[in-house]
Amino acid sequence: MIPVSAHSTDRHMAPDILTLRRDFPTLAQIVNGHPLVYLDNAATTQKPQVVLDALNHYYRDTNANVHRASHALSGQATRAFEQARIKLQRFINAPAPEQLIWTRGTTEAINLVAYSFGMHRLKADDEILISTLEHHANIVPWQQVAAATGARIRVIPLMPTGDLDMQAAAQLINSRTRLLAIGQVSNALGVVNPVKQLIALARTVGAVTLVDGAQAMGHLPVDVQELDCDFYAFSGHKMYGPTGIGGLYGKRELLEQMPPWQTGGEMVSHVSFEQTRFNRLPFKFEAGTPNIAGAIALGAAVDYLSGLNRTLLAQHEHSLLDALVTGLEAMPGVRIIGRPYVRVGAVSFVVEEVHPQDLATLLDMQGIALRTGHHCAMPLMQALGLEQGTIRASVAFYNTHEEIAALLAGIHKAREFF
Amino acid sequence: MHPFGDTITDTDIRALFNAAHGWEARYKALIKLAKQLPTLAEEHRVEANAIHGCESQAWLLSEQDEKGVWQFHCDSDARIVKGLMAVVLAALSNKTAADIAAFDMEAYFEELQLLNHLSPSRGNGLRAVVEAIKTKAES
Repeated sequence: MIPVSAHSTDRHMAPDILTLRRDFPTLAQIVNGHPLVYLDNAATTQKPQVVLDALNHYYRDTNANVHRASHALSGQATRAFEQARIKLQRFINAPAPEQLIWTRGTTEAINLVAYSFGMHRLKADDEILISTLEHHANIVPWQQVAAATGARIRVIPLMPTGDLDMQAAAQLINSRTRLLAIGQVSNALGVVNPVKQLIALARTVGAVTLVDGAQAMGHLPVDVQELDCDFYAFSGHKMYGPTGIGGLYGKRELLEQMPPWQTGGEMVSHVSFEQTRFNRLPFKFEAGTPNIAGAIALGAAVDYLSGLNRTLLAQHEHSLLDALVTGLEAMPGVRIIGRPYVRVGAVSFVVEEVHPQDLATLLDMQGIALRTGHHCAMPLMQALGLEQGTIRASVAFYNTHEEIAALLAGIHKAREFF
Repeated sequence: MHPFGDTITDTDIRALFNAAHGWEARYKALIKLAKQLPTLAEEHRVEANAIHGCESQAWLLSEQDEKGVWQFHCDSDARIVKGLMAVVLAALSNKTAADIAAFDMEAYFEELQLLNHLSPSRGNGLRAVVEAIKTKAES
């Protein structure tokens, strides 16, 4: 009855979501007098008990700095910390653990590439190619690189469906393109981009490629070798791990060539007052004491996910999104923003005559948590002519069809106020 | 001109919300109040009058007459935010700087059961509006 284990073969049976929900203590609470309906998973996912236990266990029983002191606790901490790196390496199929650098999250990972690669390797008239769908985290660092180097930012436009215009992309990729930086899944609209195809196109002109995987890791299997990207950035807290931890995968040759970005302790092999020799990968990019507990707990999140049948859970998420889209379509005056070829995670919409913020307030009073506004993608909202932004409902596998029904009923109720 | 602080005072607002039972009645009351606050003319919906810290757009106009009484006018493209602004104007508009400084906004919003909207973490920017009014009156 509960085919949620990784080895389940019956694909027709629905996973027992109610049992899985018990792994997430945050979900079982009353908000504004109603059972919480948490549909803001693209902002951050809730954490399973095993992740909370890993954080607690580290600080209670192990707490010691890594790679330094020669005592028992430090050895334990270092082993757990490096073990977590290997878990993440396997999760994204990176060739070696040292090609996975711990960062605070996607934003820091992209900044690392912008400062350590972009600032050094780009020059005037080089082109950085991004898309209209990008989150500010995959726009603003490149603007800084462009301002400092004279490189130019080019933007792949959208089709009316919200999908990238691949014909335009093919034309935009040219001999001046030095970097393609592209989101795998749009946080604002839930569009899944054909990143593999874009990377292959970029490869033909010798451009370096970076994938912003923040919205992909919690929903899709990620294989960086299959994608053949040069860099892959992600956040732990959007894949059931803690905040303040994430990572950057990079191809070895590039990482070896890149100078360190932040400097200090941990990232050096020898320091005199005259000169410093930098440590090897990955440590040369991990200055200072890292988020040890966060990395270990993210490893626990990966163990947790790997123990579930993710194919079934993805199907479940898909059926939730289908139900939401169908329900919204049946409401007069509701406009769904983006009808992508492949959708993951989120549905954005607007309601005629109702400001997104007003709708979110009235949903919050009914215990329904979702996001309103520009979703850190102001250029996208401008391109879509949505000055007030949108309402975004974003799912995780622990959401239920009852919660989708509650959202639809909540919207119906909210509209009666106007 | 608008009625808030003039014919609709904070006493009226307190009475209105005391009679409103349940969150539905309170938010319906807010939306009704928003309708009584006239829309600002396009010429006033400009960056110089904009209040930041709101997920919705918001504007504040102010003037002080020769007797030292302040008149404020607010607008927002979100209806509930605009209703919350009307609640604030009922207490702070048509008042002297001393009255404005002495007014306990927290206690007022707590009594109305709308205190969560004054929280600095809230995206509606109501706190920014209250602070902008207080700063203006102190100047």
